[in-house]
Amino acid sequence: MMTDLINALVLIANFILVPGLTYGSQLGLGALGITMIYSVLRFSNFAHGEMMSFGAMVTILMTWWMQSQGLTFGPLPTALFALPVGIIVTIGLTLTADRLVFRYYREIKAPPVTLLIVSMGLMFFLGGLIRFIIGPNDQKFFDGERFILKARDFKTMTGLSEGLAIKSTQGITVVLAVLMVSFLFWFLTYTRTGKSMRAYSNNEDLALLSGINPERVVMVTWIITAVLITLAGTLYGLDKSYKPFTYLSLLLPIFASAIVGGIGSPVGAILGGFVIAFSELFITFAYKRVLGYLLPEHLEPSGLMQLLTTDYKIALSFVILVLVLIIKPTGIAGGKTL
Amino acid sequence: MSFLIGKDMVGGYGGANILNGCTIGVDKGEIAVIVGPNGAGKSTAMKALFGMLALSSGEVLMDGQNIMHLKPQERVKLGMGFVPQTANIFTEMSVEENLEMGAFIRRDDFSDTMDQVFTLFPILKEKRRQLAGELSGGQRQQVAVGRALMTQPQLLMLDEPTAGVSPIVMDELFDRIIEIARTGIAILMVEQNARQALEIADKGYVLVQGENRFTDTGKALLADPEVRQAFLGG
Amino acid sequence: MTSNNRTYYAFLMMAVLLIAVGILQSWNVAFNILNLCVISAIMALGVNMQWGYAGLVNFGIMGFVAIGGLAGVVVSMPPVAEAWQAGGSRLMLGFGVMLAVIGVATIFWRRTQSWKHLPRRRYLIMAAILICGYALFRYIADTAVVSIEAVDPASTGYLGGLGLPILFSWIVGAIAAGFVAMLIGKIALGLRSDYLAIATLGISEIIIYVLKNEDWLARGVKNVNGLPRPVPYEIDLQKEAWVNNLADGMGFSVVNASSIIVKVAYLSLFLAVLVVLFLMAEKALKSPWGRMMRAIRDNEVAAEAMGKDVKRRHLQIFVIGSAVLGLAGAMLTTLDGQYTPQSYQPLRFTFLIWVMVIVGGSGNNYGAIIGGFIIWFFWIEAEPIGLWLMDVLTSGMSEDSALRAHLLNSAAHTRLMTMGLIMMLVLRFSPKGLIPEAKR
Repeated sequence: MMTDLINALVLIANFILVPGLTYGSQLGLGALGITMIYSVLRFSNFAHGEMMSFGAMVTILMTWWMQSQGLTFGPLPTALFALPVGIIVTIGLTLTADRLVFRYYREIKAPPVTLLIVSMGLMFFLGGLIRFIIGPNDQKFFDGERFILKARDFKTMTGLSEGLAIKSTQGITVVLAVLMVSFLFWFLTYTRTGKSMRAYSNNEDLALLSGINPERVVMVTWIITAVLITLAGTLYGLDKSYKPFTYLSLLLPIFASAIVGGIGSPVGAILGGFVIAFSELFITFAYKRVLGYLLPEHLEPSGLMQLLTTDYKIALSFVILVLVLIIKPTGIAGGKTL
Repeated sequence: MSFLIGKDMVGGYGGANILNGCTIGVDKGEIAVIVGPNGAGKSTAMKALFGMLALSSGEVLMDGQNIMHLKPQERVKLGMGFVPQTANIFTEMSVEENLEMGAFIRRDDFSDTMDQVFTLFPILKEKRRQLAGELSGGQRQQVAVGRALMTQPQLLMLDEPTAGVSPIVMDELFDRIIEIARTGIAILMVEQNARQALEIADKGYVLVQGENRFTDTGKALLADPEVRQAFLGG
Repeated sequence: MTSNNRTYYAFLMMAVLLIAVGILQSWNVAFNILNLCVISAIMALGVNMQWGYAGLVNFGIMGFVAIGGLAGVVVSMPPVAEAWQAGGSRLMLGFGVMLAVIGVATIFWRRTQSWKHLPRRRYLIMAAILICGYALFRYIADTAVVSIEAVDPASTGYLGGLGLPILFSWIVGAIAAGFVAMLIGKIALGLRSDYLAIATLGISEIIIYVLKNEDWLARGVKNVNGLPRPVPYEIDLQKEAWVNNLADGMGFSVVNASSIIVKVAYLSLFLAVLVVLFLMAEKALKSPWGRMMRAIRDNEVAAEAMGKDVKRRHLQIFVIGSAVLGLAGAMLTTLDGQYTPQSYQPLRFTFLIWVMVIVGGSGNNYGAIIGGFIIWFFWIEAEPIGLWLMDVLTSGMSEDSALRAHLLNSAAHTRLMTMGLIMMLVLRFSPKGLIPEAKR
């Protein structure tokens, strides 16, 4: 009986907990970027997904170059070391985009809707540019040790019938996400620039009055966002695979995460990311085997016992979004009101 | 010679002029109060002195210097402090962080100034880590004033500081303002609560339709039957 | 150049471009483009109503178009008797149960408005009702769905339709889309514009997912082919004497001629719809109702203060605009002769239509039509033009250069870049579009 319970738990850990932590981190990083732009620049950036794709693309190109030069790093993926280059180039992208596209609308005090539509145009443009450079197909760029913990080894170690596997990309994602989020929180809470950003986001007029330089705040915001999106985009591509089209469909869960968590709240973005990730997994998971362990023989279910079929995964994040918007529009962590 | 003076100010928000040639001035250590009926241009006059409103004619001099062309942030650097009427604190930041933001343009160590503010407003020291948005109305006003004091201004301008606070809190605020004036800072206030404000005023300006109608010491204005009847309810 | 002049010139330019395509490429292509231009223009009209009249940002265009297309299937395809026997009635029972559950839940929700002080209990009971209802629904419906889809899945595997003439579906599509819009509007219209955009985008994603996965409805990704037509078939035309004479006279092959005639037939139908819609839209715009809508758009707070029920007006516009989209969706499926849910991609529909509306000039019906024409034309022609351009640009390079191959392959993606660029440029330098809203 006890082993059955543990087996069930391991199943859940393997198919829900570990992937959930990974996916939640990826969404959280993406949502953080959305929320930062929303707080400081006060608009929803629809080009966010394509920017992530761009950051990932540059990292991939750099990775390929490094691999072709024989620069590998043993068990660690080369992409990790290509990241800094990806980040720098993406910073160039975001700052250029702001200078050429968004700044004008800030100056004329255009309503947020206009900026949203403009960001859509940018999304088109970037999407085309990325496909132009790297093509629309699936790109694999992972190298190094794939597993930190193999299912087989786990079974041998514990003697259980269910295995727990942890891929290196999963581990890397969670570690990097934790580092990045910690750094961001430290930055926003304890540094002068970070505080000025919070002040600017909270009360723009008073911030200007206090002598805070708006252009500097905007610049730092875009730089941080560039780091976040490159990380999120690359980690996602490393973990699953890189295909330009996927980033368009990631836009919705990422926005959902930001809104569910409370848009404008960094804590909310992370929470939202995990809520969305775990909900998707919980609801589309096939509980058949888990129930098989927990229930007596004759009650074992014959069907897959999914709450919703896997196809509805992305639709689900939207349903959660609508529920949040109806019940508590400021989101879990109470971000800016609508 | 006044420390700050705006002479014959004319200006408005586009169409009609709100200020029609009024003059407002205040000296160091003095409390000057602007009162008048609604729409008289009190807040507008203050905004013009601060640089948030462009004047079509007139002069603004601070310490003898012409500051007409300077932006508000530049005037802050020269020694002006401004407490807006609404949205005058960072609600999502702690009291202490609000004061830090007040001192943003300063590059030196401002912990002494912060101690001074805490001495002036002891409640703030107690609640220094609390979010400013969670404080009561009167305490929020204290944060707002404290924030403006962090640049060690020579002149402090307050736009209706007692709007929406209870009478007790208003008294307390005025007491503090007197204390601040005693340290040598020039205080310029726009106030709706004319009677109480004039009681502490060294100089009072009664504005009507953008013009100076009465100018005198606070006590004199309070004693003047014409002023009393027109603006103070007899 | 006045607004009116601009309009004339724009239409003139379009005609010239289409004629050029006809001569340089083929008349078949030209007419096909024209047909799709008309449909796009209708979609742009619908969106323009929502955005230009009421300032509503609808990113869920794709969903409404898909519903319109679904109507095409449900109205015109013959019913599959076997499937109905296998599980039809059981499925209907399941839906009945679902409706009943929703009804009970709604009544409960309304009746317990006064339970504000017991929110937890209210939510729990609500959740219980919905969850139990859903479980019951699944229990009944799942087996029904399996048996329906098991009926000859290669060619049917679904319930089929009503077997009515396909032109009916245009109206049904409009009504269905409008109905769905009403449901969505009640939930989402209170949200701020960018939230509305996200919400509508998400809802349309759900709609498409349902269509792709619920095979019993419209065969999902297996597609429904061979939809009945409102115009003659080419093969039948080729047997007609007048067609042969015409072909000889114009110098076309009979096959070509028949194909063009079919397209012209569709064109006349579509143009008729477009003209009617346009006239109705213009009339509405100039009417007191139209003035009120624009007053609300320009200053919502003031309008509300004057007692205008802004929420209801917004809902009206949202429904009407979406109905137009549904109509266009039905027309599109009719033209295609098949229903392919997978082709409803956000890129193709939603954002392209938005480019049309922006470029054409928001709030302006002429502009929406011209925007529809121009953008669709360039979207289609961008690939051949891009290829030709790339060919010219790389002609200096050696034949087997990898770069040359890559550039030629990527020519297709330049049209995405161009669209995005056009949109950004128009928004920046001519935000009122090519044909600005006339001051009234």
